[in-house]
Amino acid sequence: MAVDQLAPATRPPLFYDPRVRAIFFQVLVLGIVLLGGAYLVSNTLANLARQGIASGFGFLDTTAGFSISMSLIEYSEESSYGRVFLVGLLNTLLVSGIGIVFATILGFLIGVARLSQNWIVSKIAAAYIEILRNIPLLLQLFFWYFAVLRALPGTRNSIELFGLFYINNRGLSSPSPIFEPGFSTIVIAFGIAVVAVFMLARWARKRQERTGEQFPTFWAGLGVIVGLPLLAAIITGFPLSWDVPKLKGFNFVGGIVLIPEFVSLALALSLYTASFIAEIVRAGIMSVSHGQTEAAFALGLQRGPTLRLVIIPQALRVIIPPLTSQYLNLTKNSSLAAAIAYPDIVLVFAGTVLMQTGQAVEIIAITMGCYLVISLLISGFMNWYNQKMALVER
Amino acid sequence: MSEQSQSYEPGHHPDLPAPISTRGFIGWARHNLFATIPNTILTVGAVLFLLWFIPPIIDWAFINADWSGDTRDACSREGACWVFIKVWFRQLMYGRYPVDEIWRINLAYFIAVTAGVLLFVPGLRGKRWIGLFLLVGFPIVAFYLFVGGSFGLVNVETPLWGGLFLTLVISAVGIAASLPIGVVLALGRRSSMPIVRALSIGFIELWRGVPLITVLFMASVMFPLFLPEGMNFDKLIRALLGVMFFSSAYMAEVIRGGLQALPKGQFEAAQALGLSFWKMMGLVILPQALKMVIPGIVNTFIGLFKDTTLVLIIGLFDFLGMIQLAGTNPNWLGFAIEGYVFAAFGFWIFCFSMSRYSQHLEKKLHTGH
Repeated sequence: MAVDQLAPATRPPLFYDPRVRAIFFQVLVLGIVLLGGAYLVSNTLANLARQGIASGFGFLDTTAGFSISMSLIEYSEESSYGRVFLVGLLNTLLVSGIGIVFATILGFLIGVARLSQNWIVSKIAAAYIEILRNIPLLLQLFFWYFAVLRALPGTRNSIELFGLFYINNRGLSSPSPIFEPGFSTIVIAFGIAVVAVFMLARWARKRQERTGEQFPTFWAGLGVIVGLPLLAAIITGFPLSWDVPKLKGFNFVGGIVLIPEFVSLALALSLYTASFIAEIVRAGIMSVSHGQTEAAFALGLQRGPTLRLVIIPQALRVIIPPLTSQYLNLTKNSSLAAAIAYPDIVLVFAGTVLMQTGQAVEIIAITMGCYLVISLLISGFMNWYNQKMALVER
Repeated sequence: MSEQSQSYEPGHHPDLPAPISTRGFIGWARHNLFATIPNTILTVGAVLFLLWFIPPIIDWAFINADWSGDTRDACSREGACWVFIKVWFRQLMYGRYPVDEIWRINLAYFIAVTAGVLLFVPGLRGKRWIGLFLLVGFPIVAFYLFVGGSFGLVNVETPLWGGLFLTLVISAVGIAASLPIGVVLALGRRSSMPIVRALSIGFIELWRGVPLITVLFMASVMFPLFLPEGMNFDKLIRALLGVMFFSSAYMAEVIRGGLQALPKGQFEAAQALGLSFWKMMGLVILPQALKMVIPGIVNTFIGLFKDTTLVLIIGLFDFLGMIQLAGTNPNWLGFAIEGYVFAAFGFWIFCFSMSRYSQHLEKKLHTGH
């Protein structure tokens, strides 16, 4: 009866229905975004038409007509804008790759030094970290480039190392290898050695799982990797010689020259990122509880195997995700090249080519797209590695 | 001697101090510097390194340095020439802002610092109003003071802005704008509406995936194309827009971390109380989520502050840009190192104190176990 006296249930107004609301809001947001986009596109088209700028990607085949100071592939002034793009992209990848390798090595060393029991070593590592990571990267880059490398002596007074390397304000000249016929045998031998070591490692792991006997995989593998190519080299009579740079007139002839822009960019990127990686490594190692070490010792493991088999695998799980974002940062930071005229993709493509053609929309889109793809590739790879290392829970 | 040969009743032996080799400085050094042979080698190596590294720097920066004078002839060139910094100091701080108007910048600094200090006075009432003033009122006051143009203040064009002043303006605008936009983007990314979520993810990942330089390039060459004919922004505003997009994408990810860390019960409890979406967010979720990620927010600020130096690539003269400009002045060639050391010191003080503050907050807010 009490039920009867209640007012009959009325449907709430349509606007209060969450589903209706959701649809309404989404249509509204989408409408605003589309309208705004259409407005910008129409403005852009009108502006491009008014300024007489061509559109489309046809410009990639046009002759560039300028030279680039460093190129991994063949490039001349007659090459096309598409070639310029490739040169810039490869230069970006080269400096990022080298930066990642050195930053990782240095970062791990400093991170471990920061945890050292030795007070003075730990304090030096701490000072390094606190100083380097609190100063803008661009400033460090300027320091290395303008204050250090450009202040080096000229070619005539080069600093000489072992009679092979010469350091001067035009860069670092070092011997370059000349491959003579027969060198391919060594490469093939190396390839066979790599495959053999891979098989050996699998066999050794299977055997250990079956019988518990360990096989010195590392030393055996090292022997094969070094020994086989060496054997091939002895048989073919060392088909490799070095082109040593020599001073002729005002410049060095022969060898390869690492331009100062490249050296200072790689240096600044590695030193700066290493300070972040060091902190990540420290946090990772500290996250492994001391009980793990004690348990490993109690099982009778030595210090080395404890570190290799117990501490590092667990620390890596904590280290990898932030390490990935540091690698991404380093790659993106390599675009600071534009500030010291290292010919990376931003300088030669989004800079010079854009100035010459005026096709801002296409060029900026390609450049940004490249960085997006590189970012996705790096994070994809690191996610795969992370999954491989992740804790397998039951 | 005699004490050791004495005999005591069981339980009455006096407490002897620990051996000298395990306490005081000697004990500390034995434990921390010379514990093992490799450790001792490390210590000796590190001390030698410091002896080789530090004294030349002190010689250069202080003992042989030139402090007085106002031309480059005053510098002996044996050590650092701080005269360079002294002569250019005003430009490094304020850019080419007219000398007679610099009081306006200083006044704005003074208001900001006073309000900021008041926020940290314990037990002061009305902090809410001070905070609100800093967030809403101060930007208007500062904008008026910096730009001028009415009520008797002369208009100062933005190309005259520069130095540390410009660095602070860009980072402050980036920080102030990135918080609200970041909150909206983070909520959008966590939303159950697929279109809103997709748009938020697209926006965030686009800006996070590209370097700031390309964003600034885009802002300086592409924004003018986007606008209708005849309408144009000045260069500073275009750079600010780029910085805002970029930093709000990073901020959104930090805030999303806080939203994800909140237990689901908080959302459910707020909904069970009948709170609407915005009330739930404003009264229950965001206060907790934001508090949780304050250290992350401060770290984003530090990153943004360092990244503002990149604006010199599109031709704005911030702190570092002014130093580059001063270093290429024909009268002052060859003093790049002094300039860089000074700039490094300036940036370092800001960033280091912010990072210490964030660590302090992390400890203070860490109320778990």
